[in-house]
Amino acid sequence: MFGKLSFDAIPLHDPIIMVVAMGIAIGGAVVVGALTYFKKWKWLWTEWLTSVDHKKLGIMYFLVALVMLVRGFADAIMMRTQLAMAAGGAEGYLPPSHYDQIFTAHGVIMIFFVAMPMVIGLMNLVVPLQIGARDVAFPFLNNLSFWLFVAGVALVNVSLLLGEFAKTGWLAYAPLSGIEYSPGVGVDYWIWALQISGIGTTLTGINFFVTILKMRTKGMKLFRMPIFTWTSLCANILIIASFPILTATIALLTLDRYFGFHFFTNDFGGNMMMYVNLIWAWGHPEVYILILPAFGVFSEVIATFARKRLFGYTTMVWATAAITLLSFIVWLHHFFTMGAGANVNAFFGIATMIIAIPTGVKIFNWLFTMYRGRLQFTSPVLWTLGFIITFTLGGMTGVMLSVPAANFVLHNSLFVIAHFHNVIIGGVVFGMLAGLTYWFPKAFGFKLDEKWGKRSFWFWIVGFYVAFMPLYVLSFFGAVRRMQSYENGDWQPLMIIAWFGAVLILIGIACTVIQFLVSIRDRKKNADVTGDPWDGRTLEWSTSSPAPFYNFAHEPEVNDIDDFWNKKQANGGKPPRSKPPYQDIHMPKDTWEGPLIGLFATVFGFALVWHIWWLAIVGGLATFAVFMARVFRDDVDYYVPAAEVERIEREHQQRVEMQA
Amino acid sequence: MRRNPTLRMLGVLLLLSLPVLLAGCSSALMDPKGQIGEEQRTLILTAFGLMQIVVIPVIVMTLLFAWRYRRSNKDATYSPDWSHSNKIEAVVWFIPCVIILFLAVLTWYTSHSLDPHKAIAPDEDQHEPMEIQAISLDWKWLFVYPEQGIATVNEVAFPVDTPVRFRVTSGSVMNSFFIPRLGSQIYAMAGMDNDVHLVADDTGTYPGRSTNYSGAGFSGMTFDAHVGTQDEFEAWVEDVKTSPDSLGYPEEYYELVTPSVHDDVQYFSNVAPSLYEQVVKSFHAGGNHAEYMETYVDASVRETLGHGGGHGDGHGSDHGEGHGDDSESHNDSESHGESMSAEAAE
Repeated sequence: MFGKLSFDAIPLHDPIIMVVAMGIAIGGAVVVGALTYFKKWKWLWTEWLTSVDHKKLGIMYFLVALVMLVRGFADAIMMRTQLAMAAGGAEGYLPPSHYDQIFTAHGVIMIFFVAMPMVIGLMNLVVPLQIGARDVAFPFLNNLSFWLFVAGVALVNVSLLLGEFAKTGWLAYAPLSGIEYSPGVGVDYWIWALQISGIGTTLTGINFFVTILKMRTKGMKLFRMPIFTWTSLCANILIIASFPILTATIALLTLDRYFGFHFFTNDFGGNMMMYVNLIWAWGHPEVYILILPAFGVFSEVIATFARKRLFGYTTMVWATAAITLLSFIVWLHHFFTMGAGANVNAFFGIATMIIAIPTGVKIFNWLFTMYRGRLQFTSPVLWTLGFIITFTLGGMTGVMLSVPAANFVLHNSLFVIAHFHNVIIGGVVFGMLAGLTYWFPKAFGFKLDEKWGKRSFWFWIVGFYVAFMPLYVLSFFGAVRRMQSYENGDWQPLMIIAWFGAVLILIGIACTVIQFLVSIRDRKKNADVTGDPWDGRTLEWSTSSPAPFYNFAHEPEVNDIDDFWNKKQANGGKPPRSKPPYQDIHMPKDTWEGPLIGLFATVFGFALVWHIWWLAIVGGLATFAVFMARVFRDDVDYYVPAAEVERIEREHQQRVEMQA
Repeated sequence: MRRNPTLRMLGVLLLLSLPVLLAGCSSALMDPKGQIGEEQRTLILTAFGLMQIVVIPVIVMTLLFAWRYRRSNKDATYSPDWSHSNKIEAVVWFIPCVIILFLAVLTWYTSHSLDPHKAIAPDEDQHEPMEIQAISLDWKWLFVYPEQGIATVNEVAFPVDTPVRFRVTSGSVMNSFFIPRLGSQIYAMAGMDNDVHLVADDTGTYPGRSTNYSGAGFSGMTFDAHVGTQDEFEAWVEDVKTSPDSLGYPEEYYELVTPSVHDDVQYFSNVAPSLYEQVVKSFHAGGNHAEYMETYVDASVRETLGHGGGHGDGHGSDHGEGHGDDSESHNDSESHGESMSAEAAE
């Protein structure tokens, strides 16, 4: 009846998990109680969960990502604590069975359920506004993508309480992830969480690719698009090209595990290196899916706060395009030690280091954007400066790793861990936090508190260096990744320093949380009435904050890069106002199908994890049925009357005048 | 929150990083004991040095430009529409291109000269090359000496100044064979016959390990590499030959395949002929790996070891089987110092 699921699946013997579970239960009860007490269920459902508004979806992506950041970081600090303790024969406090799940969960959560939703959330919030569109090309699909992502999040979190998570490392290398070596449900949770959320990501890729190509406003030629939109376009091309590889690879692993196939097994013709090749053919483009939009954020931030046109716009675009292409021909650098021939290794090594050229050019372009500018040290700028220095160092260690003969001693060591945290924290995390601070007023109508933002920055950056520089050094002593304990007691002092760095980062995260609370408290004081709090350069700043649900009362027209800035200059520094007459605006209707499909997809995935076949059939059919209901629904759009637009616009302008 | 705390933090950082940097000089990779490792150290330092041509100016320019062109500095030139310069563009493309070109040539050359599959031709003062076969198992290393007809677990020895061809495969999941002080690592994969050529220039004991995560016992997959003189090596071989144990195939070998953790060193005075080849072949078409596993290995042991009491105890069907039974998880329970399951038991 319940497949492999029984009461034994609840890890009652593990106090850590039980405390966490109790915390989640209490927190959940508080949220449910509050929603009921304040009678907010209907509001939640109609305003948020069923919304197809790209801005609200962007906010929800970010919200889930921040919650998962806390979970992923809890994993991180548990690992660092374990390694600070488990030296010279000591076993620490986490046995391998638990520790191995934690580092797997940390990687999976941070990449798939923190970095990805932050990047996609930011694209949702910003891209349609930057190109002067009223929504994305496929609004329902956008809502569905979000809910498929939430289904993945749900499965990962359920694994904490029911059963286990994978003990394989975040990419679940075969044959370790095969049924012979991982008979538990951990890998199955991994499979279905990634499979379901991955399909959502692919749909997002298609959606934004079409949106950027087809929905640009009048005069917004490709080479007038803001750089963030350009980098998003490239990231979405990478999503479309690479995520199907992930889907197919996981499907093959599923056949191995569920039906006894032998794609990646040790024997009967299976080939584990096929798995490793395929997973990295997706995995390497994936890191550029994350970093390119971050590059876009820095480009916007630095130009805005230096009050200067971005240096070398065209070069930036071509450098981004070059990185996009090159990211597909470097995957083998993740496993030079497989033992391919010298020619193969040399090819992939050189292809990898060639990426350093356009990346280096980008860095110089940011520097020359500051040059002869008027740089204001806001927290987004601090994140950007921290990024330039940190990412340059991370890029350097990346090039060192890309030399195959050097890689033979650095591979799988803590050098690799230090390197990719160097680029992911220094690049993606700093970029997303910069972007969050920069576009927060556009989403909510008030600015984030600067003081706490800067505190967060300093703790993050100092914490990063304290946590990861020791790992570079440890790698030279032969310390490898994924160790649960180590015999060499001499490594312990460095491990303790690294632990201390993680604590500093924890304080940085706490500062961000306080920043939110303080900012909400002071929202009147920090209100952004004009919609243009930073004296911005691109279209998103031409509309009110928060942007009205239809984004723009009139479809804007663009004549140049930084068109909004030029119009302000021509208008004596003041943004031009929208004027009547207004027209009816065509908008998509909200959808109840998205959240429902997400729910049934979760049930489907959960049932497959536990081999509850009847429930899988029910979940699968229900998913399909709701989807068909949506396909045959006709009333998917409506018109906002011109009078309503006029009322909203008039109110906004009255507020602006009152403040002036 | 202005300058003072920042400076103080930077000071603390600097203090913290000093011992770190000093310690780095005597590390395994920076103080190698063999020709391959030495060349790799040179390569790492060369690549690192080359890149400073870009890294240092970038860091300096970042700090300099940010400070010079801060908003409050009205003395600095402000050119809000200046956004293009062919000269600067040329320079910022040219310099990275030149560095990468140089690195690419170096990469091409060293990928061939340091190809792990390439045999090391012995100098006049070096001995003839020898072969050692390494098989990664759950979770220990089995070393087979085909010429000497002996085998060991978690200990390997060879004479100094003797190029060694390590043939590397796996009897289980993927691992990676690595002795940091000697240089290159290589993946150990079931059914595949990989190899890496290494040589030691100095006598001594060098730690080795698997670098590729392979499951619950991964942390303990370490071994010592004893490098002695030719005489010392021969004495060691004689010592191994006095062991009462021998390693036949398939029975004794599959006893060893049974998962265990933190194994002590074991010696086998006799080893089945072409054991290594048979292990590789056992995974190929017509191979017997699956059949032997069923006959000789209790699969539930893996789960027992995997579950030291963490949140992994969940799956209903195999929960409880063999749980807590430590002795059967070890091939040689008397000589085993530690047992993971015992230690981790709730």
